[in-house]
Amino acid sequence: MAESAAGPIPESSSGGFASLLRVARALARVSAVQALQYRVEALGEALLTLVRVATAVVPLLVVFGQRQSVEGWTRDEMLIVLGWFTFLTGVLEGTLSPSLLAVIEQVRNGTLDFVLIKPADAQLLVSFSKLSPTRIVDLVCGLGLIVTAFVRMGRWPSPGDLALSFVLLLSALAVLYSIALLVVSIAFVAVRVDNLFFLFTSTFDLARWPTTIFGGVLRIIFTFVLPLALMTTVPALAVLGKLEWTNAVGALLGSVAFFLIARFVWLRSLARYTSASS
Amino acid sequence: MSAQAQSIAREPISSADDRETSWTESLRAGWRAWPGLWRAGIASAVAYRAEFVIWMLTTNMPLVMLALWSAVARSGPVAGYSSADFTAYYLTSLMVRVLTGCWVVWEMSMEIRSGTLSLRLLRPLHPFVAYAAENLAAFPLRALVATPILVLLVVFAHDKLTHDWLAWALFLPMLLGAWLITFLVMAIVGTLALFMESAIGLFQLWLSVSFVLSGYLIPLDLFPPALRQLTAVLPFRFTVSLPIELVLGRLSHAHALELMAAQWAYVAGFGVVALWLWRRGLSRFGAFGG
Repeated sequence: MAESAAGPIPESSSGGFASLLRVARALARVSAVQALQYRVEALGEALLTLVRVATAVVPLLVVFGQRQSVEGWTRDEMLIVLGWFTFLTGVLEGTLSPSLLAVIEQVRNGTLDFVLIKPADAQLLVSFSKLSPTRIVDLVCGLGLIVTAFVRMGRWPSPGDLALSFVLLLSALAVLYSIALLVVSIAFVAVRVDNLFFLFTSTFDLARWPTTIFGGVLRIIFTFVLPLALMTTVPALAVLGKLEWTNAVGALLGSVAFFLIARFVWLRSLARYTSASS
Repeated sequence: MSAQAQSIAREPISSADDRETSWTESLRAGWRAWPGLWRAGIASAVAYRAEFVIWMLTTNMPLVMLALWSAVARSGPVAGYSSADFTAYYLTSLMVRVLTGCWVVWEMSMEIRSGTLSLRLLRPLHPFVAYAAENLAAFPLRALVATPILVLLVVFAHDKLTHDWLAWALFLPMLLGAWLITFLVMAIVGTLALFMESAIGLFQLWLSVSFVLSGYLIPLDLFPPALRQLTAVLPFRFTVSLPIELVLGRLSHAHALELMAAQWAYVAGFGVVALWLWRRGLSRFGAFGG
């Protein structure tokens, strides 16, 4: 009892990265145990992912059955973009989507209170409350596509390019996470936003193609407003060794800014939260 | 009291069996209830109009494919498709998709899991009729969303649209057939939720295969011949590609009628399977806290 009353205080005093990590690990373990209760379902989901990846490759094959390259992209280069996309989809659907949809529900029926009284950072608790470990299949498939593309091209990325693309992967994750968090923050103001979340995930679907194939306004939107370019095209260019340093730095700064904005908006909207009971 | 409650809970199941014997009565009940169900469905669609529009916006894949193929077609036509052909194709694809949308599988699987299906069973009406009415009631709002797409289609691709009166006369029945196939497949998979835990996964499997093989994402003409022959036989083509081919004037009169007959044969087949499966599955349903 005393513990829960004193909750928020130890968080800020002992706090720190180590405790955040400990909480995250505990959350991941609970989710994994929960998911493994439904083994057949997990197997089904894994198979479904394989089918989905296969059907995602079909349009690519059809397009490149007709042309050698599209807007400067060859088949294997686009396969790498698709690989990044599959990887990020795994992260999105495996961690962010289930957790954040759960928060939206909790805001609506007021049970978010139970999360807020826990002695840990609410954003962390909320972001990783529910994981689908089977989405690891997506991650493996994504990496598989990238490796396949390089094998077909008969060359390997240089260590420098690999390191850069890894850093850009982290920045892509930060952007993805920030956008999801921003959508959830809206849940505190407007009540029903699950559809908005689905709108986001369906728009994210566009990231399976390099943003440079889009012309005009769409390209500007996907670069600066909804930075899809940052998520798949830029890391893919990096691993191909085609990314200019200035663009890389711009992408990193942009993603950091995005993350800070999202954190700020989240804290502001949390302050607005009036629970169901008060 | 509890005996009475039990008899109420049991009743629908036995009456469902009775209804199998008296088809005409069931049809008449459905016919009478239809206007009311329709009005209620429209009211609920209009009540959540903002959500509805956002939901419609999630259907954006055809536009992406259009952007992709336009980029490809910039250097010349692809398998007979020029840039304008792609515009006409994907705008029509989007329109067909918006008009024939359906969500009954999610509803069924949720109601079966939570047990609220028992409320439907209490009504003297086959749940499929009620589901169909609720889903079709969204049609006026869907038509409203589809109108701007139609305008775009007329403005940008009017010379690609057919001027054949028969084609336009067949368009609505064909859309209905397309919707019915989608609805019945959803009903079948939804009914499977009575037998297994995650029917939604199965439907997503259908959906991802359907996206590719129905002509929703890629015109079937662009497939290699072997795959094209396969799509001619599978049910997917009849849900999206067929109405598009019709409106774009790619079918002769005889061919269009022939394909529509095939479409409705699929409707009949799926209908029989759905009803049979439902009767088998219902006996397994024990409402939770029902």
